[in-house]
Amino acid sequence: MDTTTLQDEPLLFEKDRPGLSGVDLPEPSPLLEDRLGGLRRRGPVGLPGLSEPDVIRHYTRLSQKNYGIDTGFYPLGSCTMKHNPRLGEAMARLPGFAEIHPFQPVGSVQGALELMNTLAEWLKTLTGLPAVALSPAAGAHGEWCGIMTIRAALEKQGDPRRRVLVPDSAHGTNPATAARCGYAVESVPGNDQGRVSLASLKARLGGDVAALMLTNPNTCGLFEDEILEIAAAVHAVGAYFYLDGANFNALVGRVRVADLGVDAMHINLHKTFATPHGGGGPGAGPTVLSQALAPFAPLPFVVSGAKGFTLVESTHRSPDESVPSGRLKGFHGQFGVFVRALAYMMSMGGDGLRQASGDAVLNANYLLASLKDDLSAPFAGPCMHEVLFDDSFLKGTGVTTLDMAKAMIDEGYHPMTVYFPLVVHGAMLIEPTETESKDTLDRFIATMKTLAARAKAGDSESFRLAPRHAPRRRLDETRAARTPVLRWKSPVAT
Amino acid sequence: MRFLPLTESDRAAMLAAVGVPSVESLFAEVPVNAPPLALPDHQGELEVSRALTAMAARNLNAATAPCFLGCGVYRRHTPAAVDAMIQRGEFLTAYTPYQPEISQGTLQYLFEFQTQVALITGMEVANASMYDGATACAEAVAMACRITGRKRVMLSGNLHPHYRAVTATTARYFGGELDKLPPDPIGIEDLIGRIHGDTACVVVQNPGFFGHLKDYSALATACHEVGALLVVAVTDPVSLGLVVPPGDMGADIVVGEGQGLAGPMSFGGPGLGLFATRERFVRQIPGRLVGETVDVDGRRGWVLTLATREQHIRREKATSNICTNSGLMALTFTIHLALLGETGFARLAQINHVAAVTLARRLAQVRGVRVVPSTYFNEFAVTLPKSAKVVADGLAARGILGGVPASRFYPQFPELEDVLLVAATETNTAVDMDMLVHALEDML
Repeated sequence: MDTTTLQDEPLLFEKDRPGLSGVDLPEPSPLLEDRLGGLRRRGPVGLPGLSEPDVIRHYTRLSQKNYGIDTGFYPLGSCTMKHNPRLGEAMARLPGFAEIHPFQPVGSVQGALELMNTLAEWLKTLTGLPAVALSPAAGAHGEWCGIMTIRAALEKQGDPRRRVLVPDSAHGTNPATAARCGYAVESVPGNDQGRVSLASLKARLGGDVAALMLTNPNTCGLFEDEILEIAAAVHAVGAYFYLDGANFNALVGRVRVADLGVDAMHINLHKTFATPHGGGGPGAGPTVLSQALAPFAPLPFVVSGAKGFTLVESTHRSPDESVPSGRLKGFHGQFGVFVRALAYMMSMGGDGLRQASGDAVLNANYLLASLKDDLSAPFAGPCMHEVLFDDSFLKGTGVTTLDMAKAMIDEGYHPMTVYFPLVVHGAMLIEPTETESKDTLDRFIATMKTLAARAKAGDSESFRLAPRHAPRRRLDETRAARTPVLRWKSPVAT
Repeated sequence: MRFLPLTESDRAAMLAAVGVPSVESLFAEVPVNAPPLALPDHQGELEVSRALTAMAARNLNAATAPCFLGCGVYRRHTPAAVDAMIQRGEFLTAYTPYQPEISQGTLQYLFEFQTQVALITGMEVANASMYDGATACAEAVAMACRITGRKRVMLSGNLHPHYRAVTATTARYFGGELDKLPPDPIGIEDLIGRIHGDTACVVVQNPGFFGHLKDYSALATACHEVGALLVVAVTDPVSLGLVVPPGDMGADIVVGEGQGLAGPMSFGGPGLGLFATRERFVRQIPGRLVGETVDVDGRRGWVLTLATREQHIRREKATSNICTNSGLMALTFTIHLALLGETGFARLAQINHVAAVTLARRLAQVRGVRVVPSTYFNEFAVTLPKSAKVVADGLAARGILGGVPASRFYPQFPELEDVLLVAATETNTAVDMDMLVHALEDML
């Protein structure tokens, strides 16, 4: 069935003009004898041929079917979609950063190691923790680094223990990470204030608990106000306190997590430190560690010495260069992301980062105060950097949280995070970030009030049909999963 | 502060609307406030740029130094159109396509990327990418253990040591028992003879870490006879433009590093993990997948699919804890490959091979230098009459990035002390090669 129209951009493969190429390469010199040992590819690969203008137009047209922070307000809760400064892009492209190889002699990359060391110092100062593993490639990877490091430290004491506790409001990556490190995951219920129930936590703590993984501010957008008691209870049974740093943007410059009793935390550089999300990566998830955990950090790490910086890439303890928690990633971490993050940090300074977290929290509270009578907030404020609504204001209207999200698309917005966290019904999690103006927020508030009023007025049909002004209307996800089509295939071949 | 759009009067009006006297009062629940932090204050672009440019200047970079380094990261010319396209804000500043109606750009390019990866590896399906080649390798081993219900994993001595190390880290926690063969510069290890009835998978790299190109068809057959899977790693995607792909040899999972078509070396990160497999394993694939469907008007479109494998649905029962992929790197890769096309891809691979053959021939004429593998693509091991590390450091002191000493990865193997890994790509000129050869003649 041909379902494409003139408004659509065909697939690359449907634009194939065999023989065309968008790159002019010289004729290779002839070889008397190749070194392929008879393993020369037989037959074509099946890649399409296009000219450079074809390719530029293809991707320009695709980009116009996307929504980014540059396009408009993108209040996707828990994702910190703040402005991405372009200075970072320029700095990462300096030949001295872009055109260096991970296995150059260490003496020839002193500037790169200095950059990593400087970034590490900023992260340590901002969190108050004395060590940082830079190599994790993303938030979930950083969680893994943290829990593996904790496991290694416990193993050294003779018992890795059995359980990891995770609040029911946690990101899905937390239980998945703990399970991947060989732990049984136990959920800790929240209280009616949207926080972890200290009593429930204490009832679950015991000598077989390795760690608590907590997000703070939590995914309800609230500060865990009993955090010192939580930390004390966790430490009392000899367990470690892991903080999911996904929401660090609310705290940066104002709160040092070490002062809250935290032993380890990953930091999403692509959230708090404004490196581009890139359509889903690359990110970076450096993980700060306490003194007790630091010896178990994964390879590699930068050491500053009298004769400059060195890079510790291996130990002689075992043939596969394993320190207890080993190596997490090839090479030395997401270096290009480090450059961008440091460019942002230096631009903001300690004063700017503190202002940023303040403005992020103010923006979220402004949305809460302005919308609480039109939408429904399950928990009393103040909130931190994001604000959570549930769907009770939609009760009886026939309009769902998903419908609200799709209607926002027609109003020119990227929807908030929906149906997460799982602890409230029909969750709508809105994170404005500090890089949005009051004017943007006021217009957003007006739109949300109008949508809520329309829903309550019984206009469910128009919600059901949304979005109408998007490159695509609602897509059939069931069909996609039932009969997966994961690649283009030549019509001739099928 | 140029990224912060609130004015003081905005803040005052907003605080009044919230009903609190100050921003600080919104943090009243925080029990311990930070003391003044020892950090510099905010700076303008010029000042930041000056400081970072000074750091960059302390690196010997391949824009000026002839570079023959490989080991999983390659210097390539990236067409200017690629960088122009990936910096479009609609791509750069979007996130994971959770709202498909306004993410069709990302979803369509990932669908095209999945198709390209499947085609070049000779496999049936590919995912939307992973962090890098090493983590993709570890995920493949975990997947093979899930599929076979077995724990025993054989890692070739020709597999990149970082891929081995990351796989070892991962396997420790899911109970994988690794049979790690020692580094194999000569290329003579016997893998088939070590396969057991309880082997979950065998992991090889082609071309291998020391350069050897091999036909792994017989190994694939031997694996399949006992119900094991063959995982093949590819550390330079350009090799697939010239060499028989792992899929044609019978591989069950192909993993790789896509950096060779995804922009600059950037000190090794970010990378681009490639992951391809057979259609029958599709529900065991880790990471994001994009699938085709239609919208309510019947128009073709794309969505993230088979999410029931993933952590946000399955939580502790997920196939992986991976949340995002490496979207922007996948975009870089897919645009580069779209520009090359069938003819450009094959030609680029041939140019790389010719460069390596030319370089090997010249190096073999330097006194004391021996080229080790008889077959290779664009990278090969050489033995030197003295410590490879000393030679590599000496070359760098002369402004030449001449190769990677194997001892950097295997300090505990004295027999590798004289082994240097040398790569050539289309970026190496005859002048570069002259400089390397003359420097070696001088030093050896």
